[in-house]
Amino acid sequence: MTNAAAPAKKGSSLSAKVKKWTPVYLMMIPGALYLLINNYIPMFGLVIAFKQVDFQKGILASPWIGFQNFQFLFQTKDAFVITRNTLLYNIAFIFLNTFIGILFAIFICDISRKTGKKVYQSAILFPYLMSWVIVGYIIYAIFSMQYGIVNKSILPALGMDPLMWYNDPKYWPAILIITNTWKGSGYGCLIYISSINGIEASYFEAAELDGANKFQQIWNITMPEILPSVITLTLLSIGRIFYSDFGLFYQVPRDSGLLYSTTNTIDTYVYRGLMKLGNVGMASAAGFYQSVVGFILVLLSNWVVRKISPDNALF
Amino acid sequence: MALKKKDRGYQIAANVIMALWTIFIILPFVLLLMSSLTDETVLLNKGYGFFPEKFSFEAYSYIFKSGDKILSAYAHTIFYTVVGTLVNVLITALFAYPLSLKNLPGRKAWNFYVFFTMLFSGGLIPSYMMWTGTFHIKDTIWAQIIPSLLMSAMNVLLVRTYFATSIPDALFEAAQIDGASQMRIFRSIVIPLGKPILVTIGTFSGLAYWNDWNNGLYYITQATDLYGIQNLLNRMVSDLQFLTSNASGMSSDAMQTLARTPTTGVQMAIAFVAILPILILFPFLQKYYSKGISLGAVK
Repeated sequence: MTNAAAPAKKGSSLSAKVKKWTPVYLMMIPGALYLLINNYIPMFGLVIAFKQVDFQKGILASPWIGFQNFQFLFQTKDAFVITRNTLLYNIAFIFLNTFIGILFAIFICDISRKTGKKVYQSAILFPYLMSWVIVGYIIYAIFSMQYGIVNKSILPALGMDPLMWYNDPKYWPAILIITNTWKGSGYGCLIYISSINGIEASYFEAAELDGANKFQQIWNITMPEILPSVITLTLLSIGRIFYSDFGLFYQVPRDSGLLYSTTNTIDTYVYRGLMKLGNVGMASAAGFYQSVVGFILVLLSNWVVRKISPDNALF
Repeated sequence: MALKKKDRGYQIAANVIMALWTIFIILPFVLLLMSSLTDETVLLNKGYGFFPEKFSFEAYSYIFKSGDKILSAYAHTIFYTVVGTLVNVLITALFAYPLSLKNLPGRKAWNFYVFFTMLFSGGLIPSYMMWTGTFHIKDTIWAQIIPSLLMSAMNVLLVRTYFATSIPDALFEAAQIDGASQMRIFRSIVIPLGKPILVTIGTFSGLAYWNDWNNGLYYITQATDLYGIQNLLNRMVSDLQFLTSNASGMSSDAMQTLARTPTTGVQMAIAFVAILPILILFPFLQKYYSKGISLGAVK
């Protein structure tokens, strides 16, 4: 009896299941298809790095050439420069954004005047909502060699000669780092604000009663409580340390060729290789190198976090 | 509650530092606005500044009187933003709702399918070759809407978590007992109750489209009438670079480029007009954007 009934029952429940879930799966089709096309197919397209790029033939039909693109890429000085720039800028960004984000979040949460709180909270988010093109124009209004406020008003007022900002790479590490902090530090700050707001008020009240001063409270209550957010955000940034913000490095220096030694990163190099310089083979090798090393770094940093504090691991 | 003395010192220090930072953030935008309002001859002599010797609305009236290209680019940006955002929110919600159902067959695999795209990517060149070679979107309107912006894995996960935690299961069960179809449940329960998160990802997506210049840079090379406002601004930068590098011998190419490049004041005015909607909608954007950012932190 059971032998005969079991398959029948299974069959009917399967068809019931199909009937029940088919409409749900249909809903997923557009999104799933989009990820397949926009994200998954290009992952396989990375094999182009081992081929002689031919736009007419496409990725599949371009002829294989082994590691030649990589050999050419790593023979150039560019490979070192773009890797160094990408890594050093990102390290500077991680430190500054974490430090400023936490500091300002603590200030904003502690400030007792409601209006002040509101104004500061709005200000830190504001530039984050602007495109890099706009930021590029603003930086140009400040540093333009002919019309910029620095060369035309500030330096003359100080009795100094105008400087050739867009011709000399040495100024750009500072300009890019300050610009990135100006635009981007609000994002982390808002995350830290919401995690500080989540701390039990009674912790601070108890500390107050015990006579702990502000600094002791920050060090012993706020910092440990927001540590999970700090770890998560830092982990995400380390995972993306091989990626640079294309807009920052392309728009802000206005794509000025004289500045490449301090403004060229893997992303700008790949773009220029593809669209301008025509050495798309080396660019595709750089793209492959970025994707794969970047992926390894995500896995590695997540593995490290899982060892020390499993709750904060991403996966 | 009276502030203790040391607390007052801390309050003052915190306020002073934050006020200085706020000024540091706002001043560059003031410079942009003032530069766009400066008389062109003053601009050429004295450069960009906070206190124009002579105010002029010439740049703005130029945009509205003879800036056909500028207005058209602006209209295109509005179109891309509206269409892109609507489609984005719709397919994100349709994709996230099933993922939020606890007994969906293959749920784990689907979640991984979404999440993995946040860990690994093919990068620009394979994407470029696929979109141009296989889908032929170069110099078409699709180029401004489809690549990379139409749906984001991060938003799918945000919406999924919101649906799973904020809509009571009992509602779904009751609807199913009443014999409601999945599409009906989606329309009359999920969408209305999920409105806050859908508005949040709508602001994310809307800003991404409004601010996008990458798609135009990669995929619009000939059909410049498909440019959005950011592409137009970007084009003026590369035109100027081209002019400075060809400053000596004025070729006919350079002359043409020069002729279509607006004056310095007009450029700043276009940039200001491009951020105007963000400025006007800022209270609304801030409300939902901040909410979304703090939701994203709690993975």
